[in-house]
Amino acid sequence: MDNSKTFWLPEKASTFVDIVDPAFNLYLYISYFFFFLIIILVTVFTIKYLRRRPDQLATAQITHNLTLELGWTIIPLIVVMGLFFIGMKGYLHMRVAPAGYMQVNVKGQKWAWSFEYPSGAVNDTLVVPVNTPVKLALTSRDVLHSFFIPAFRTKADVIPNRWHALWFQATRTGVFPVECTQYCGTNHSYMLTAVKVVEADAYSEWLATASDPGKGKTPEQFGAILYTKRGCSACHSIDGSKAVGPSWKGLFGRQENCGAGGMVMVDEAYIRESMLSPTAKVVMGYQPVMPVFQGVLSDREVVALISYIKTLK
Amino acid sequence: MIAHVQGDNINYLKTRSGIMNWLVTVDHKRIGMMYLASILCFFITGGTFAFLFRLELWSPLKEFLTPDQYNQFFTLHGVIMVFLVVVPGIPAALGNFILPLQIGAKDLAFPKLNLTSLYLYWLGAAIALWSIVAGHADQGWTMYAPYSLSQNPAVLWMMVAAFFLGFSSILTGLNFIVTMHNMRAPGMTWYRMPLFLWAMYATGIMQIFATPVLAITLILLLIENFFGIGIFDPTLGGDPLLMQHFFWFYSHPAVYIIVVPGFGIASEIIAAFSKKDIFGYRFVAYSSVAIAIIGFVVWGHHMFVAGQSELADSIFSFLTFFTAIPSAIKVFNWTATLYKGSIDLKTPMLYALQFLWNFTIGGLTGIILAILSVDIHLHDTYFVVSHFHYVAMGSTMVAFIGGIHYWWPKMTGKMYNETVGKIAAWLVFIGFNATFFVQLIMGSLGSPRRYYHYWDQFQIYHQISTVGLVILAIGLFTALINLIGSFWNGSVAPANPWGAKTLEWQADSPPVLYNFTETPIVTHGPYAFETEKA
Repeated sequence: MDNSKTFWLPEKASTFVDIVDPAFNLYLYISYFFFFLIIILVTVFTIKYLRRRPDQLATAQITHNLTLELGWTIIPLIVVMGLFFIGMKGYLHMRVAPAGYMQVNVKGQKWAWSFEYPSGAVNDTLVVPVNTPVKLALTSRDVLHSFFIPAFRTKADVIPNRWHALWFQATRTGVFPVECTQYCGTNHSYMLTAVKVVEADAYSEWLATASDPGKGKTPEQFGAILYTKRGCSACHSIDGSKAVGPSWKGLFGRQENCGAGGMVMVDEAYIRESMLSPTAKVVMGYQPVMPVFQGVLSDREVVALISYIKTLK
Repeated sequence: MIAHVQGDNINYLKTRSGIMNWLVTVDHKRIGMMYLASILCFFITGGTFAFLFRLELWSPLKEFLTPDQYNQFFTLHGVIMVFLVVVPGIPAALGNFILPLQIGAKDLAFPKLNLTSLYLYWLGAAIALWSIVAGHADQGWTMYAPYSLSQNPAVLWMMVAAFFLGFSSILTGLNFIVTMHNMRAPGMTWYRMPLFLWAMYATGIMQIFATPVLAITLILLLIENFFGIGIFDPTLGGDPLLMQHFFWFYSHPAVYIIVVPGFGIASEIIAAFSKKDIFGYRFVAYSSVAIAIIGFVVWGHHMFVAGQSELADSIFSFLTFFTAIPSAIKVFNWTATLYKGSIDLKTPMLYALQFLWNFTIGGLTGIILAILSVDIHLHDTYFVVSHFHYVAMGSTMVAFIGGIHYWWPKMTGKMYNETVGKIAAWLVFIGFNATFFVQLIMGSLGSPRRYYHYWDQFQIYHQISTVGLVILAIGLFTALINLIGSFWNGSVAPANPWGAKTLEWQADSPPVLYNFTETPIVTHGPYAFETEKA
């Protein structure tokens, strides 16, 4: 099977391709037919009945023809009813996960994704085994987002205070882009990640490591991993460049002006507070937009991140 | 005919001149012209923002706008184009001018209410622009909660603006419907009304019944904001999906408020320039009303991936397919009207035919979005962006521009340059399709909308689209300069330059203050063209 992209549709990598693509292509032919029917008729009539002399009149006034008009009422009606059933049948299959699925919880926040596995593993990309039904339970920490995997032909909005879900079954290994498709502010178009589809063995191996990411690492090394895995990198640079949030380079030990909150010294206590309760003291020049990490990061992870920030001189 | 004071038999542009007389006028023609001028100004403004962010999209990297500026620009483009241009557009400008003339009346039923609508429109427009610019708002024209709520007070003011604009719209719709019921000239039965008026009637129904939902939404937002009662805001226990329901309960009918008037213009132009009676007049008239009614029960198709129940999605999908039928009927009827006609490819007709082309694509790309399984893939991609531009710009604005050309001699008493007009029409056709057709491909390949940054593989599509927009902009400015230039170098327009049969062409060009010097008496249908003698 050719899995590469076509003129109209992206690369193929899930069982939903067999639902969406045939419906898309069928409809494409139907619309080509009606489009060219109209355009050819309009062109032929326009050429044939073009006004050749200024006072030329129509050759006939045909006010109506009931048979013809009922025809072009009823035929499209039959066509669209057929399309409705094809669409609904496919859709119900796409919405209801089959028994025996594996579940991953997905949390969206401005502007990063995190994937939480039942084993406790947390990652910034989605790693799943091939040929296995996977259900994603989706929720948001802040505003609406939408989780879209073009190669899998599936998408669902990600809503705060609510679990929404989608499922899929990948048909081949590879790395496939994931995009946020519900507008969510400044870095909406950078809220990208990927699904990595691997063989079952590789998946088990990965999961074992991912479930205990700090194992055998110093807090500084662990913090460096968390910086990308927990989405910090979406807003904080480590090279000194200013983004949505302050850069971590040279941050530790600095005096910062919090406006009405006065001057603060960036020490362990302040960094910890800024992660767990970000709006408590916001440095001037920045918006209070950081998501709350209370209950999200463990103490060990907070310590690791602080240790990491300290190394960025 | 009531005798008027002397001076009322000179044309409406020349009676009581001076800016103050325009600002306090109750003449439907002057109000229509002021709407037209305002709407065209906003169209240029909204288009400028589109032009700027489309240039920015030349490459996936930064050209000259930051992500925040890009987001603010597409918000400004969307809000201006939807709320200030396409929704009020055709009814407020051309409807106001043409409706009383087409039914043989002296004015609308409530001339002062009509002037009130204009002032409400100006007030709403000022508040809308001020709220976005002053608030640096970037919530997009759809204002989805809870993101939009973080933009307060901009979103509250935006709703206040929508409230005033909404009332302007309701009052215009009401005025039109009352006028059509009560002020038709002797002999002007319902089925002798031009199809433009049936479209205005259908639009009026939607304006009156859908628009109040905006006011309800505003009240709920105010309650949430000032009393802290959670309605839409999830941090207060509210439901952001509820706001989407409210938004689309208005904004879906609004899509038909946008496009149905375009149908009306297309019918007028196609009849006049093929010298044919519209094929299946009653089917075309009823289909406008059918679209108006079905349009109220399909809003949920904007929410197929938003978290609605599967049952709701299925019902909304089923109902949505029915909107395809009246649209298809119209396209087939217009095509059949050309058969055995005497077709004259003058500027308005070029716009009407490109309307037919664009609306066929706009309609067909709409049906595929109703197919549930396929919509999951296409939702919130450029495919949707392209679909609604094929409807709102390619169909409505193209019909609007065609209508402006068609009625220009009546409105101003001047003929524009036909050759320049035709060149502009071709540029608009080529430019528009180059801009938006590639967006269909880009979208179905998986490119999300509202993306400042995009995958490299989409660059070529973005570049074609940007070049298309340059051509489109040149076309639109050529058309505008041609029209405005006619005030100085246009020849004097006769009463009926196109040989059309509807009543407005019996009035002088431009019409006198009370439209007709004698009340016309109607004895036949709107398109009673003769045939060639065998």
